[in-house]
Amino acid sequence: MTMEKSVNIMVVDDEEIVRDSLGAWLEEDGYHVESVESGKKALELLPTRDWDLMLVDLKMPGMDGIQLMDEVRKTCPDMLVIIMTAYATVDTAVKAMKKGAYDYFVKPFNPDDISLTIRKIVEHHKLVQENLFLRKELKKQYKLRDMISKNEKMLEIFELAKTVAKSSSTVLIQGESGTGKELLARAIHDESPRSEAPFISVSCASLTESLLESELFGHEKGAFTGASAIKRGKLELAQDGTLFLDEIGDISLKLQMDLLRVLEQKEFRRVGGSDLISISSRILAATNRDLKKAIEEGRFRADLFYRLNVISINIPPLRDRREDIPLLVEHFIEKFNIEMGKQIRGVSEGAMRILMYNEWPGNARELRNVIERAVVVAKGNVITESDVSLPSASGGPNHRAKTLEEIEKDHIRVVLNENQWNIVRSALALGIDRVTLYNKIKKFDLKKEGNPVKAC
Amino acid sequence: MEQWILQWLGKEMGDCLAATVKSMPAIPVPPGSYEAGRNQYYSTRILKEMLKEVPEDAEKLLGVTDKDLCIPILTYVFGEAQLGGTAAVVSLARLRQEHYGLAPDRELFKERLRKECLHELGHTFGLIHCQSRECVMYLSNTVVDVDGKGRNFCRSCRMVVESQTGPGRAT
Repeated sequence: MTMEKSVNIMVVDDEEIVRDSLGAWLEEDGYHVESVESGKKALELLPTRDWDLMLVDLKMPGMDGIQLMDEVRKTCPDMLVIIMTAYATVDTAVKAMKKGAYDYFVKPFNPDDISLTIRKIVEHHKLVQENLFLRKELKKQYKLRDMISKNEKMLEIFELAKTVAKSSSTVLIQGESGTGKELLARAIHDESPRSEAPFISVSCASLTESLLESELFGHEKGAFTGASAIKRGKLELAQDGTLFLDEIGDISLKLQMDLLRVLEQKEFRRVGGSDLISISSRILAATNRDLKKAIEEGRFRADLFYRLNVISINIPPLRDRREDIPLLVEHFIEKFNIEMGKQIRGVSEGAMRILMYNEWPGNARELRNVIERAVVVAKGNVITESDVSLPSASGGPNHRAKTLEEIEKDHIRVVLNENQWNIVRSALALGIDRVTLYNKIKKFDLKKEGNPVKAC
Repeated sequence: MEQWILQWLGKEMGDCLAATVKSMPAIPVPPGSYEAGRNQYYSTRILKEMLKEVPEDAEKLLGVTDKDLCIPILTYVFGEAQLGGTAAVVSLARLRQEHYGLAPDRELFKERLRKECLHELGHTFGLIHCQSRECVMYLSNTVVDVDGKGRNFCRSCRMVVESQTGPGRAT
């Protein structure tokens, strides 16, 4: 007896008689109808409901139908609008359609025409909803926390990650830079019974040997010059949780030895301390280096490798799973749309071709950065070829190597952002003092990036 | 309009809804309802006039007219009703074969009239258009639609009417 789903229709017309008669007629068809007399009132009513269709009179005092349609599109770009007018001219009809009206009706309408159009819209609406639902369902299958893929190998990794999450075994995650090693480590932590406890990440390559030692093990008061108070290390901070050692291949042989002892004995001493502290955290490690080769070259201890490599996960580079590119592109667009309050719907065919055939030496992280930039610079609601800039493309006619100064500037910016512009922490991570960091910020004119605007 | 129409329609509606049907003297079509530019009558204004004439013992008031009806936004309507209200009006004009340049067909006209009167009365019981083609509440914008749809309420629409008229009464 009733329609399958209530369809919400807004009627905007300055003539009361039109509002009443059209409203009553549509209500007999089971639609939810609300009528207002002006564009201003329509814009006030807009956020109160999930409208499916607007029937808008072309000529109204104040804001006319086309101006109203333009205003509505700013917040609801997909709104279906039918323009109604008593004065039929080809010019206005063409203008309305060009501006994106779904249809154009001359008053009075043939009842069959309007019925048919609204039925078509309802069908279209149902298909859009169904499509959205199915896409969401599909994505669920491809997701592991913040990771997304439909590559067979990656899906196996997701399954393996879920399984190992339940144990406390050490996991060694290998993969090129930007493949998502830390994301996988976080996913393992989040899927594990330790998820309520902290996940602590240490980037081993960014610290000097002594700093890393102090970061990991902590230190007692007076252990070395400047150690004015007791500091708890990451091993202690990650108690009952997960300690993620990124770029483990870059640590010194001395620290490798210390770490091996911790893994074997499950206890350690703070730098300058004598008390043994037992650890209950799980250790995950990652590297983009070939550790077996490093062992052959004597740069990495074989015994530590076997300790870490209880379970090994190798994340394939993006160029070996190109089927993930459209999925990741869509994922990043959604993310940046929210962060930047944009309404990008997708990428043009040409832009997608460029993205698909790039080699992506920086992997998903590089793709993410390219999409972030494209979302910023895109003028319309589709990312086009001109919005896609591939700084890492090699051999291209516009390619030029970065200067050392540019690399230094980029690196300082990355470290500052990673540390939320905390100067002390950033200076520590960069291995320089605060004054030097301040001078470099001034020299390179680095500025803290503002908080992204949230979409409404 | 022909004399037999009201008599026949009264009996037909009485049977369909198991209701007592009384005829009232004709009310003149309100002059304000005439749309000169279209040579049609605005049905909502007629409904408003009818509401002033509802007898105290009447639950529903059905008006029938030979005039061609419209609402400002639509080129024509077969009828109009107050959704969940008291009054409904049906036009005979477009139900006759003669309107389409064809030979009169009394039986077909009666069948169309029965369907449209039940349909508009259905709206006064709060019914909206039904998705079943077998139901008289199915949306009909043309006589082809009227001829194609069923002549009675479907089971669920009948239940809504019966909830207001009493069980086993509406056809």
